[in-house]
Amino acid sequence: MQQGEADSSGSARHYYRDAPETLIEHDLDGLTLLFHRPSGQTHIIDSPMPEILAALSCEPQELRALLGVLADRYDLAVDGDAMQELKAHLDALVSLGLARTAP
Amino acid sequence: MKYQCMLRIGPAAFRIGSAWAEPIEALRRLYALYPQPQDAIADYTVRLEPAGVGRRCWRPSVRIAGDHMLPDAAPMALRHGLLAVEMGMNLQMALGWRRHLLIHASSVEKNGRALVMTGESGSGKSTLAAMLGERGWRFMGDEFALIDCATGMVHPFPRLVSLKNRAIEAMRDEVANADRFGPLMEATPKGDIVHLVPPESAIARMVEPAKPVMLLFPRYGFPLDQRPVGQGEAFMRLTQASTNYVALGEQGFQALHRFVSGVPALAVDYEDGEQAISAIDALWEALP
Repeated sequence: MQQGEADSSGSARHYYRDAPETLIEHDLDGLTLLFHRPSGQTHIIDSPMPEILAALSCEPQELRALLGVLADRYDLAVDGDAMQELKAHLDALVSLGLARTAP
Repeated sequence: MKYQCMLRIGPAAFRIGSAWAEPIEALRRLYALYPQPQDAIADYTVRLEPAGVGRRCWRPSVRIAGDHMLPDAAPMALRHGLLAVEMGMNLQMALGWRRHLLIHASSVEKNGRALVMTGESGSGKSTLAAMLGERGWRFMGDEFALIDCATGMVHPFPRLVSLKNRAIEAMRDEVANADRFGPLMEATPKGDIVHLVPPESAIARMVEPAKPVMLLFPRYGFPLDQRPVGQGEAFMRLTQASTNYVALGEQGFQALHRFVSGVPALAVDYEDGEQAISAIDALWEALP
């Protein structure tokens, strides 16, 4: 497998986010309200998206490493479908323009 | 334009021009208590133009024009000229206003505190504000609530109240002075319409803002019920009710967050005006 190519779980894909100052974040009754300055778009997201976004670094990270960060912070099990679920959430964040994939 | 007048509603000044005398004469009568713009400078111009060659005299038909226009808007009959002016002024505010976060909502005030009501057309927000305006509240507006992005205060926009269909008789029962009513415009695109001049004190205090303390989502025609509306839902519904939220960018975002996080919101279903007003009075009394 070439470097950067996703395996069947997509674990080789790298994800990152823009600098924290590009987002304004407020709590709204347990939901998270975001204003993305570069796009001018507003988002309302619910758990676990804010936690995943907070765990993302501005430097590209492998999916497995990011899952490790979340497992440490939230006492997650890293087996089973965890990788696939994390990838689905990250891809949703990418589609919203709140996360990016490395080239 | 051949006929014209100027008027100020809250912070906005309008120049209204018309190819016909009748709409301007009606405006002058109904807006007689409103102040003139400072230095005769208007923020917006609204023009009522003939919809085509010869349509000034032959089956006179009005096209609404102005600084901001909808190119595909259908022309209107001259007998509905007052409604055309109202729609033209609303259009200028909806598409052009940037000094406040503009919410499609009615508002009333008591003791410096404002009740804001928003909802779809037919929800009764306009009629409820007009009724409360006759019952000890200050009428601040039936169409737009203007939120100051720096202070969070609600500024009035007390244009003529646009009464539709059953609301016309309801307000004739409420207001004894027949001079406060405009002509009945039957079978307009919005149904039967009569304009109502707000109470004189509401016009005199049209630049006086109030602190928002309650947000209601009224819904007419359902059994009496009420439920709290979460901040997330309120935020989402208010972005839909605002015509300039996107245009204001970060400023609008912060203003709306401040509003929904500081103002309790409720959805109120009701079957008639008296029922709604009793519910509103009870909710208001229960405020801290």
